[in-house]
Amino acid sequence: MKRDGWNPYLAGALAGLLAVTSAAVTTRTLGRTQLLGASTTFVRAAAAAESAVAREHVEANPYFQRNRPRLDWQAMMLGGILIGAFAASWTDRSFRLEAVPPVWRERFGNRIGVRALGAVLGGAVAMFGARLADGCPSGHGLSGLMQLSVSGFLAMAGFFGAGVLAAHILFRRQKEVV
Amino acid sequence: MDRLLGLITGVAFGFLLQKGRVLRYEKQVGAMLLRDMTILKFMLSAILVGMVGLHILQPLELVSFSIKGSAVVAVLGGGLLFGAGWAVMGYCPGTSLGALGEGRWHAIWAMLGMVVGAALFAEAYPWLERTVYTWLDLGKITLPGVLRVNAWFVIVPFTAIVLALFRLFERKGV
Repeated sequence: MKRDGWNPYLAGALAGLLAVTSAAVTTRTLGRTQLLGASTTFVRAAAAAESAVAREHVEANPYFQRNRPRLDWQAMMLGGILIGAFAASWTDRSFRLEAVPPVWRERFGNRIGVRALGAVLGGAVAMFGARLADGCPSGHGLSGLMQLSVSGFLAMAGFFGAGVLAAHILFRRQKEVV
Repeated sequence: MDRLLGLITGVAFGFLLQKGRVLRYEKQVGAMLLRDMTILKFMLSAILVGMVGLHILQPLELVSFSIKGSAVVAVLGGGLLFGAGWAVMGYCPGTSLGALGEGRWHAIWAMLGMVVGAALFAEAYPWLERTVYTWLDLGKITLPGVLRVNAWFVIVPFTAIVLALFRLFERKGV
């Protein structure tokens, strides 16, 4: 297996250290512990987008009332991920403008429209699931398991159980994925 | 202040995600095909360090826990839906932004889809709240709480299992 970048065990351990440091710093300075998570921000983004066309409808929805559109810690963290990943890819020249992922191209061809349709449908199903489960691989997977929460174990079993099955149905004939 | 802290944490997290090479579509699908365990190595390493760190700081009241509820049908069912969509989309909500950062601009389709999914969920929520969320709802429980033991009696064996898994990955060369 070809390896570039950092050792994944080391990068992961540093991410764990970052999660703990961030939890301690936010507890001290903000008075509440912030743990890693990502999917709530997509609800706030949906509320913001829908508000532009149907404000009253959004304001009447109980789920949007709990997740109002605002730039909070998590939204800024997601923006930071974009910047950090850009910086990291720039330092070792792994930045690539890519329209269709290589594995997808091998299986479904190079048409951007096909990839876009697949990603929109997959993304919609995945996010519906993440909100139903109340978390994604960050909130349930990382933060949930760090706290030994039962819901974290249940969610991870679901994520990987269905993911392994679906990936085998879609890509099992692809000889070279990495 | 909370925005600044979020941004700093995100920049560092995004840097590590990219250097660990876990953002790419190929790495996500590779893990689901059980051929390339890079993302599991990254995630489980982060979990081990975070688990030990948080369980040291929590009794000292330097952090507080926030445990998500275990409505079993909703969490497991939602998890399965996420997994199915994840294989097609190839990103997690967090890594989609990182993938965009390293130039994989097709991640915007995944992000668009996720906003649509969140909007659909908000419409379904009033019904789900009365039904699915009430089924087998065990509340906010932790593994040490269920087993009625000190957390370290779970942390030590959990760590041992993960380390054995790492050894297996290295032996198989995945």
